[in-house]
Amino acid sequence: MTIGLSHYLTVAAVLFTLGIFGIFLNRKNVIVILMSIELMLLAVNINLVAFSSFHGDLVGQVFTLIVLTVAAAEAAIGLALIVVYFRNRGTIDVAEIDLLKG
Amino acid sequence: MMLSALFFYLFAIMCVGAGFMVVAAKNPVHAVLFLILAFFNAAGLFVLLGAEFLAMILVVVYVGAVLVLFLFVVMMLDVDFAELRAGFLKYLPVGAIIGLLLLVELVFVVGAWVTAPLLVSDAPTPPVAEVSNTQALGEILYTRYVYLFEASGLILLVAMIGAIVLTLHHKHDVRRQSIAAQVGRTRETGVEVVQVETGRGLK
Repeated sequence: MTIGLSHYLTVAAVLFTLGIFGIFLNRKNVIVILMSIELMLLAVNINLVAFSSFHGDLVGQVFTLIVLTVAAAEAAIGLALIVVYFRNRGTIDVAEIDLLKG
Repeated sequence: MMLSALFFYLFAIMCVGAGFMVVAAKNPVHAVLFLILAFFNAAGLFVLLGAEFLAMILVVVYVGAVLVLFLFVVMMLDVDFAELRAGFLKYLPVGAIIGLLLLVELVFVVGAWVTAPLLVSDAPTPPVAEVSNTQALGEILYTRYVYLFEASGLILLVAMIGAIVLTLHHKHDVRRQSIAAQVGRTRETGVEVVQVETGRGLK
């Protein structure tokens, strides 16, 4: 049994679905939502690396590197926002984030 | 061949299982730890795919920096996580339905997809015997994609400044050095010359 491209794509699809599922499941907890987003980005990275490897094209790995950079920046900013929000309001419940009354 | 298939299934199952536990764990600290496990197993998958550099980056940078940052924030915030989990079961059905729909769609995409017959590699991967993955990646990243590389550096810089600006705050009850007040002192405000009479002392 050889492991083909579709095996990796299936793993990535399942991980991506788990990420979406996590966002719905932990609707109130911003930190778990951020972690679910990390999971989805990981799935995308697995896709990119799998295509890159099976098609013999290195550009996919370059793109994965960029995605990792952006994900790190996003996590840093997101966590900083959570810390500031918690300092001001004493909660991180998504349902109570309504200061802008949008 | 057999062994690599075995390791693929090991890493894949561990990765998916850890991913599920991230979503389902009661304690967010455990969720972060399961996320770390998932990233480790994804790094294993990357190694199987021949992308060693990205696997190392995933472990060193992602697990070592970003996920530890998550761990710090989870431990630092004094949040009642049990309260945040209220309604967990209420959201379960709709989440399961949407997740299942998405999974079915993705599986259809994986099943029905074909490569274009005239596909030409943009930057062909050199054979492992000639050039290692890290060297090949460096040779293309620092030449053809150097602007992308610099842009990602700028993104990190902006993120760093943003995080510092957001979280830095001055407390009012802390006494700090006021250089302007120190420099602005004159002889009149700083020194007083008094004539002390012998045996009396100062009042």
